[in-house]
Amino acid sequence: MSSMAIPHSTTAAHKSLARRVSALLYRRSTLALLLLLTPPLLWFGVVYLGSLLTLIAQSFYTFDDFTMQVTPEWTLANYRALLDAANLDIVLRTVSMALAVSAMSALLAFPLAYYMARYAKGSEKAFFYVAVMLPMWASYLVKVYAWTVLLAKGGISWWLIEKLGLTPAYEWMLTLPGIGGSTLSTSNFGRFWVFVYTWLPFMILPIQAALERIPDNLLAASSDLGARPWQTFVHIVLPMAVPGVVAGSIFTFSLTLGDYIIPQLIGPSGFYIGNMVYSMQGSIGNMPMAAAFTVVPIVLIGVYLTLAKRTGAFDAL
Amino acid sequence: MKHAVEFDRVCRSYGAVNAVDHVSLAIREGEFFSMLGPSGSGKTTCLRLIAGFELPTSGRVLIDGVDASRLAPFERNVNTVFQDYALFPTMNVLENVAYPLMIKGVAKRERYARAEEALAMVALDGFGSRKPGQLSGGQRQRVALARAIVGRPRVLLLDEPLGALDLKLREQMQGELKALQRQLGITFVFVTHDQSEALSMSDRVAVFAKGRIEQVDTPQALYSQPASRFVADFVGTSNVVDGELAERLTGRKGAFAIRPERIRLGRFDGAISVRGVVREVAFLGPVNRVEVEVAGQRLWAQLPSYALQMPEVGTEVELAWEGDAAHWLLEAA
Repeated sequence: MSSMAIPHSTTAAHKSLARRVSALLYRRSTLALLLLLTPPLLWFGVVYLGSLLTLIAQSFYTFDDFTMQVTPEWTLANYRALLDAANLDIVLRTVSMALAVSAMSALLAFPLAYYMARYAKGSEKAFFYVAVMLPMWASYLVKVYAWTVLLAKGGISWWLIEKLGLTPAYEWMLTLPGIGGSTLSTSNFGRFWVFVYTWLPFMILPIQAALERIPDNLLAASSDLGARPWQTFVHIVLPMAVPGVVAGSIFTFSLTLGDYIIPQLIGPSGFYIGNMVYSMQGSIGNMPMAAAFTVVPIVLIGVYLTLAKRTGAFDAL
Repeated sequence: MKHAVEFDRVCRSYGAVNAVDHVSLAIREGEFFSMLGPSGSGKTTCLRLIAGFELPTSGRVLIDGVDASRLAPFERNVNTVFQDYALFPTMNVLENVAYPLMIKGVAKRERYARAEEALAMVALDGFGSRKPGQLSGGQRQRVALARAIVGRPRVLLLDEPLGALDLKLREQMQGELKALQRQLGITFVFVTHDQSEALSMSDRVAVFAKGRIEQVDTPQALYSQPASRFVADFVGTSNVVDGELAERLTGRKGAFAIRPERIRLGRFDGAISVRGVVREVAFLGPVNRVEVEVAGQRLWAQLPSYALQMPEVGTEVELAWEGDAAHWLLEAA
């Protein structure tokens, strides 16, 4: 240790400079705040909002089908094109899947989040955190490809269903229009399943955080005032969990709206918004149309948040 | 006679720790009953045993003469005012107060009318549409009180409800609580660690220490006839005289308690008197507190500050008290 020591005088000088800076920042707290906030604000302003505004602006640009050129002339043609039957179909298909995925994720996540927040302690809680987040450590692509194999005809799912004696029910489900397909891996149900699997952690964690914030004595007070456990759940726990469910569903909803890998690899043919954006900007080079498609999820989330706020979901925050 | 609440040799242990240790207790109907003790003395656990948040390890808790030991909180006709109020943040004040009625299935119009009435009782009429977050601590306290009485429980449990309020507000609320209890005729069980609060409001007080009850008595009796050294010390301040000094002064073995305000300076007829050296003099406003060392023991005397010239520290003084001012303690030894 002694060989590592810095000569005394240098340390003192060093210290006094550091001390002067600390003192200055302490006296001028605005300066300290400015130093702290400038980098994230620049990042937020330029990288987030800047690119978002550019994107929205692009959606009003003109794309010439003939020359395949984008010209900065303002037009609403892209938005009008969104309402074409083929495009509207894509939007509706994506949105209904996103709604179904969000609803199912919330249903599955709630009991687990409730247990994590209110019962699990210490190492058990740590186990649940790791277990929920572990799938996110693996590459998303690998997981989706794995599911194509798992769900394929003759795959593990097939084998499991057979062992459980559910083959008739399974075959009946595959005949249902809008849900079934020739196998699980080419059915809408399979796609839905993989979406829920992939985004579930994003639903569990916010709900868990919301439930954890409910003080124990609110539940005690409710039962003290005569409420049975289910009444306490309906009147106290659920309303206080709503902000968490809303936060989680923003993740599941917008992640589903923007995804283009799962629709491509699992389920029947037919584009999702993500695939459309990908092909519009990738193979066709129609940036304005791609931008217009991208604005759809933004608007939908905005509408959703406004509605959620109007119901008072965030009042307790 | 039927009791509102009865404890029959109740124990509540957590592992090897006995939070409540063989407590037997009977709270009369319509009584303002306080449970007084330092933190960790078992008083709050006793309250939670009545509410049903805790179940006894052994023994029975009776409410209204019926064994309630194994009943869930929602099966008991007792309500609690929590220390930190526990108002529901998603509901406004009126909905909070109407909550127990909604749970019972009382029609909307009637339950809001009754909730308004309860709010008026705690002088909060017109606050119904506010959210708990928009109220001051004292107002939240009143909402919690209104919510707990709106369903007219048999017993109202109050868990240090005034602890978070400032002194002036606390004194005002003490008066209001007492008035409310008289008006409603509900049995109040009030948990506090503040002895002056317990003395000023209660019909009877149970003094807790280490999971056991030291004494149950009226405030006057607790003060003038403390049963143990602990009670003498915890309820008000007391001088406990024991050992050789006690024997020399009275000719009797044991320990006795004497209140500081009963000790006077000087010597007078028919009094017990003793000489000592002044060790400390403190001015407390209306009174002066004088600490005198007598034969190795310290005695506090409380003397009116207007009357006398205070003795100097280090001088020798004569202390005296009337024979009936001393109260003999029951010592386990």
